[in-house]
Amino acid sequence: MNDMTPTREQREAALEGMGCKRKRVEDIRFTQGKGQYVDDLKLPGMVFGDFVRSPYAHAKITRIDASEALKLPGVIAVLTAEDLKGVNLAWMPTLAGDVQMVLADGKVLYQNQEVAFVVAENRYIADDAIQLVEVEYEELPVLTDPFKSMDADAPVLRPDLDGKMEGAHGPRKHHNHIFTWEVGDREETDKAFSEADVTIKELISYHRTHPSPLETCQCVASMDKIKGELTVWGTFQAPHVIRTVASLLSTIPEQKIHVIAPDIGGGFGNKVGAYPGYICAIVASIVTGVPVKWVEDRMENLSTTSFARDYHMTAEIAAKNDGTVTGLKVHVLADHGGFDACADPSKWPAGFFNIVTGSYDFPAAHLEVDGVYTNKAPGGVAYRCSFRVTEAAYCIERAMDILAQKLDMDPADLRMKNFVKAEQFPYHSALGWEYDSGDYHTAMQKAMDTIGYRELRAEQKAKQEAFKRGETREIMGIGVSFFTEIVGAGPSKNCDILGVAMFDSAEIRVHPTGSVISRMGTKSQGQGHETTWAQIIATEIGIPAADIMVEEGNTDTAPYGLGTYGSRSTPVAGAAIALASRKIRNKAQMIAAHMLEVSEYDLEWDVDGFQVKGNPQARKSMKEIAWAAYHAPPPGMEPGLEAVSYYDPPNMTYPFGAYLCVMDIDVDTGVAKTRRFYALDDCGTRINPMIIEGQVHGGLTEAFAIAMGQEIRYDEMGNVLGASFMDFFLPTAVETPHWETDFTVTPSPHHPIGAKGVGESPNVGGVPAFSNAVNDAFKFLGSTHIQMPHDAWRIWQAAKELGAHG
Amino acid sequence: MIPGAFTYHRPSSVAEAVAILVSHGDEARPLSGGHSLIPMMKLRMAAPEHLVDLGGIADLKGITDDGDTITIRAMTTQHELIASDLLAQKLPIIRETSLLIADPQIRYVGTLGGNVANGDPGNDMPALMQCLDAAYVLTGPEGDREVPARDFYEAAYFTTLAPDEILTAVRIPVPPAGHGYAYEKLKRKVGDYATAAAAVVLTLDGGTVSFCSIALTNVADTPLYAQEAGEILTGSTLDAETVARAVAAAEEITEPASDGRGPAEYRTKMAGVMLQRALARAATRAAS
Ligand SMILES: Cc1cc2nc3c(=O)[nH]c(=O)nc-3n(C[C@H](O)[C@H](O)[C@H](O)COP(=O)(O)OP(=O)(O)OC[C@H]3O[C@@H](n4cnc5c(N)ncnc54)[C@H](O)[C@@H]3O)c2cc1C
Repeated sequence: MNDMTPTREQREAALEGMGCKRKRVEDIRFTQGKGQYVDDLKLPGMVFGDFVRSPYAHAKITRIDASEALKLPGVIAVLTAEDLKGVNLAWMPTLAGDVQMVLADGKVLYQNQEVAFVVAENRYIADDAIQLVEVEYEELPVLTDPFKSMDADAPVLRPDLDGKMEGAHGPRKHHNHIFTWEVGDREETDKAFSEADVTIKELISYHRTHPSPLETCQCVASMDKIKGELTVWGTFQAPHVIRTVASLLSTIPEQKIHVIAPDIGGGFGNKVGAYPGYICAIVASIVTGVPVKWVEDRMENLSTTSFARDYHMTAEIAAKNDGTVTGLKVHVLADHGGFDACADPSKWPAGFFNIVTGSYDFPAAHLEVDGVYTNKAPGGVAYRCSFRVTEAAYCIERAMDILAQKLDMDPADLRMKNFVKAEQFPYHSALGWEYDSGDYHTAMQKAMDTIGYRELRAEQKAKQEAFKRGETREIMGIGVSFFTEIVGAGPSKNCDILGVAMFDSAEIRVHPTGSVISRMGTKSQGQGHETTWAQIIATEIGIPAADIMVEEGNTDTAPYGLGTYGSRSTPVAGAAIALASRKIRNKAQMIAAHMLEVSEYDLEWDVDGFQVKGNPQARKSMKEIAWAAYHAPPPGMEPGLEAVSYYDPPNMTYPFGAYLCVMDIDVDTGVAKTRRFYALDDCGTRINPMIIEGQVHGGLTEAFAIAMGQEIRYDEMGNVLGASFMDFFLPTAVETPHWETDFTVTPSPHHPIGAKGVGESPNVGGVPAFSNAVNDAFKFLGSTHIQMPHDAWRIWQAAKELGAHG
Repeated sequence: MIPGAFTYHRPSSVAEAVAILVSHGDEARPLSGGHSLIPMMKLRMAAPEHLVDLGGIADLKGITDDGDTITIRAMTTQHELIASDLLAQKLPIIRETSLLIADPQIRYVGTLGGNVANGDPGNDMPALMQCLDAAYVLTGPEGDREVPARDFYEAAYFTTLAPDEILTAVRIPVPPAGHGYAYEKLKRKVGDYATAAAAVVLTLDGGTVSFCSIALTNVADTPLYAQEAGEILTGSTLDAETVARAVAAAEEITEPASDGRGPAEYRTKMAGVMLQRALARAATRAAS
């Protein structure tokens, strides 16, 4: 070999494969304003649709008169439920087994509900026409408090369900009841409680919030009446599912529907489901024969399309005096709003909330969830969360702190005592999951050592004394959170969406010159798939990531997949990518053997090609092999070099992490300042550490927002308060704390590359860390639990109630 | 979030602008930076049929030193207030307050005139102008009149400004050299209006307060000039007991709304806390 021959390390580095902090290729266009979003789309003859919305939270509709609106020049049509009935689309099925009005059918169930769809030449005329549509309402009593939804005299919200005592998930026990979901062993758990030395019980509420992606939901529907083909461009996290649903609802054959998700400006669960806007735009395009664009504004987005959380969790723990936990009991009252439109796998009415035993070895547990209707917007989506895991993690992490307080134990020590041990994996939880891998003690210890946990506790003690002596008005809290996530939905044995199993897919095509195009069933909304997917392929088949193009979101070209949400892309599609790559490598090995005139068993893989064992000079690079695949394949072998893989995961993956938050609180204003936030994540194999860090930063920022004030509030009349960025807390760089990130690596034993998924961990683990910090600060004044969100006025109020204002 | 239709005018003199206002009455509105008016139009809470853009009137720009007073013309942006050396030297509280308004993008276009004429109790400049005892120059078909900031505000979005008048300038008496000052604002995040805020200007004479003016932002449907609180403190050494009495007097005149920033009770108390902190900071800045 001459001096110019690159070393093994140089060849490896040139691939920019797994483990490389590769810069995000999509940022080249995003940072130059060259992304292509739905609203950038302008088609010839395109018109614009917009909604007349209800000012009332609960009312009968007695009359809709669009005649004045229709007189306005430029107005093309005004659709109401009556029109949609003609095409059987006044109602649509939800992912949760309920039905939902597309346009108000005789009544409205929440403020800003869609009442009529105005189609006009442009969005200005559409908005003017909205003011001219006359709707007569007869107000009905409003129900906003989920705790009153099952009162005997509670108003009937859903007359369409009258007399239906069996819902999609079993019996209903009240006219506003949706389902009861029960998991675990009630008897065993009761026994643990009757034998316990210590028990705690607390109502822990996780308020209603919203994913609020910067780009709101939107679509362009275009019906070609000649070809009988419908094309829909939309902000879809799951484009294939949208196409299947559109075909089932419209009866247009699936091959004649083209669903395209272009660049998406954030999803966070907001863009999984189907919304009235999509249906109306499609119907309007079918009716008018021209493309129809629908774009939500900020207030519409915050107040109608998909809230998150609104879970009211009563948690009880049984324990021994030494802190060993023996039983967990949780009851959840789940507020679903006017329709149950939760985006969960179909068989899971409360998502994976039964991960609520968390990271702890509970011998017995029992969980019961009751879903109810209220006069609030539907949704219940997984806001950067794998289906109610966020709620579960918050519940158990708050409850463990409360138990620690009762036992007068340090909250970190209590956790250490009860962690599932490394040697217990695969671990079967009392509520039915099989945790794949973990080393909780190591992660927690590393977190505590890095941040100087014991020293901080000593400082806190001194500050509390100073506060009591009247020397300071500042108190200090240390929030401990140790979460276990459950992501990668999911195995076909228990995960489907409307009957479609939750597999995912990858198709990889190597071109003769050794470059690659690859397509997946997932859809990035900011996660950086174009970068990371190429890295997996690069490592697996030895072609530089820079030569690999990744394409997602076009249902005509991409293989069928269930999309991107619930941190499922890496666990599911990531596995499909690795397996499809390996098919290619296997074929490449046979081609190389032919080229080198040896048996394929005499070859070994070496970074970016195959070499003869014991004779590394005899080698063929992937580039040479790719050319041969098209130029001179071995006799009897099909030419070409491409592969498809559909991956049905054998199990979920279980990322985990230890988060610690140090907070200083001004008792007189309630203003809380995060002094330090340390996040250790274990997501198994790390594909691109820089992207992981970015995901953690983003998720922590959301967690910070949610815990410290981000809320969709309603008044008693059902008016949604503060559905704009003036009130809805979206922190800027100024408010956002500095993040310290760290990691351990415990690969998933069942995943082809050992990766687990990380996008949602920081939201899941972050919220309890912040909330525990606030709660921890007030403990010494006699508080056990302060409800979220912890905005300044609520902290101030808590301080006042605890007598901290003198 | 789309405004109704309107006709856009861009006059080049105050007289021309006033003439347009006169001919359209209530249907016309002056447009300055547009950072309060346009959001309201997008929400269709305001639907003027004629917008009279004051941006083309050269006479409405600039800050001048008239000796005892400083005159700031209406179209001076909040950013220009921050950048002015004259203000930094003679009225530093204006810079301090401006830096707490919204964010740089908004301050590049938002004007002082728009901020004080708007009549939104959430705006920061009105209380500051009351604290400084500024006067607004209002120009109408009959010519100019001057209204003290302390008499200008009637209720939320209601002021003594007539529909055919333009606020052309703000005149501010220059406080004595060596005065102490502070603007304390509690807000939820950058770009938010105050939960409560307090403006303080005071002078000390051998440790005793010889003059003290106080005003409060966003704790009633108008800015509040807290006259009694100022009087209580005048002649005191800012001892804890007197400060507590003044704070109580200031809290007494508040009548805040309950909103996302907190319930009324909280906002009243925050007005008190902001005042207390503003007093402490002003005192450290005052020459004794
Ligand atoms: C996100 C955001 C955050 C903000 N935060 C703050 C804040 O924290 N504190 C704060 O004080 N402000 C805040 N503002 C408001 C901002 O300072 C505005 O610029 C200011 O309130 C209005 O000034 P303008 O020049 O934009 O006026 P415009 O919006 O053009 O006008 C406001 C009103 O005053 C009238 N008007 C304007 N100029 C004149 C005139 N010369 N004569 C008579 N009438 C006139 C208009 O007709 C209109 O009714 C915020 C704005 C935004 C969008």
